[in-house]
Amino acid sequence: MKRFTWFNATSIALGFAFLYIPILLLVIYSFNESKLVTVWGGWSTKWYGELLQNEGILNAAWVTLRVAVVSSTLAVILGTLAAIVLVRMGRFPGRTLFSGLIFAPLVMPEVITGLSMLLLFVAIGLDRGFWTVVIAHATFSMCFAAVVVQARLYDFDKSVEEAAMDLGATPVQTFLQVTLPIIAPSVISAWLLAFTLSLDDLVIASFATGPGATTLPMKIYSQVRLGVTPEINAVSTIMIGLVTLGVLVASYSTKRASQRQERELKAVDAGAK
Amino acid sequence: MRRWLLIAVPYLWLVVFFLVPFFIVFKISLSDIATAIPPYTPTFDITDIGGFLSQLDFENYAFIAQDSLYVNAYFSALKIAAISTLITLLVAYPIAYGMARAPKEWQPTLVMLVILPFWTSFLIRVYAWIGILKKEGLLNMFLMNLGVISEPLTIMNTSTAVYIGIVYSYLPFMILPLYASLEKINPALLEAAADLGSPPWKAFWQVTFPLSLPGVLAGCFLVFIPATGEFVIPDLLGGSETLMIGKTLWGEFFANRDWPVSSAVAVVLLLVLVVPIVLFQRNQEKQREAAR
Repeated sequence: MKRFTWFNATSIALGFAFLYIPILLLVIYSFNESKLVTVWGGWSTKWYGELLQNEGILNAAWVTLRVAVVSSTLAVILGTLAAIVLVRMGRFPGRTLFSGLIFAPLVMPEVITGLSMLLLFVAIGLDRGFWTVVIAHATFSMCFAAVVVQARLYDFDKSVEEAAMDLGATPVQTFLQVTLPIIAPSVISAWLLAFTLSLDDLVIASFATGPGATTLPMKIYSQVRLGVTPEINAVSTIMIGLVTLGVLVASYSTKRASQRQERELKAVDAGAK
Repeated sequence: MRRWLLIAVPYLWLVVFFLVPFFIVFKISLSDIATAIPPYTPTFDITDIGGFLSQLDFENYAFIAQDSLYVNAYFSALKIAAISTLITLLVAYPIAYGMARAPKEWQPTLVMLVILPFWTSFLIRVYAWIGILKKEGLLNMFLMNLGVISEPLTIMNTSTAVYIGIVYSYLPFMILPLYASLEKINPALLEAAADLGSPPWKAFWQVTFPLSLPGVLAGCFLVFIPATGEFVIPDLLGGSETLMIGKTLWGEFFANRDWPVSSAVAVVLLLVLVVPIVLFQRNQEKQREAAR
């Protein structure tokens, strides 16, 4: 009865065209020989060459990459703990506030989060720079990480953990040897999500940063305000390429991991019967 | 004991870095601007609490309420966010509907294709539209070559560009919850409606749409709340006539360096958004309960 009509196919096609054409045009025009962004002057990779000469952009890219790696690692650790607290700790005083604190950063306008972080750093006298951006990014990404891991914790079979405990495993052993391998795919996607959120963020980083810690989005933003340049198209293309590759690799490997897990669980089930 | 430690680590982190800052913002919104470092007065002094408190006042809020610039910026941000949420819903619904009806084996790929742009930089996706929308941009070039128009359209730096930017950037946030609720609908319900003589459009309005309402609500909140405080899109695509409060706050902070007034602007924006944020969380919790 669920028929896939022409109307359905057309809406999907148009929708995806709308989502992807702007990105495709950006990528195509990064290979444009001409300095004028909208005039096609033939294929060329010269803007990528120019990028390698551009100290400012290279430095910013390096800062961004370091911030993203450190903050997403921190975010995943905190986010996984938060997810376990939400799913496994039952009721405790202050639980409502806690789930509100996990939830609010997901929708909070960035200008508010950014401003409040900055005012905190100033109030406690923390020098602004690399670490303040890391803290700011870890704080909002941990909430995204918590949501991703939480979803996985909800639908996995708690009896596996109980079995491990019955067989004499300590809670820490149980977590490391049973729980963590099961939720690993979601922890990896949470890390990836936190990483791209950090890579992408302009507003919060602008507030939280200090001298010497200009991130790539800040650099891109300041140049974009002056107009569209083929160099920015080239940086953007590299970033899009990296993120796409990362997402595809991660989704492929988590798919394989969960297939393997399913096979193993089936084998165990068959053995039990 | 270990249980409390486990709870304390993420809890304290969020309290220190997310909750406490809001109180600091509120405190500074009651201060006065000063040419000092930090640029506001009074700074907190534990030895003279009385003197500290007596210097705080609601001047900045009175200033915001009297200056029509701020009032207009709030209303215009709410209006732009509401209209773009509606447009996003209208654009996203047929897409999500088509995805939910697509053959089962395609669906993971389709979902992946919706998520992928969301992973790609927000800033870059907004930037991509500048090249398309500007006067000598790709859209005008394309339309003029086709002979549809003879004069280039002015879209860049207008509110239209801001609407396009918001709808484009937030589209995945609308499609995903819509798809999630549409995909769960039992096709037997539609069969039953058809057997009872209901034409497809009527079955859609009486069965499919009401059942997809949780997804509609979740999607609308996910677009409306952040769009109200949006800064990047109105700044890069909008012109001087597009007033949005996120942009005003940014300017107040970075250009005017008035920390107390920008804090007051942030507090009021938060108050405006508290109602939709709480409603959204309720909606999400209800759905989670229903799922279990």
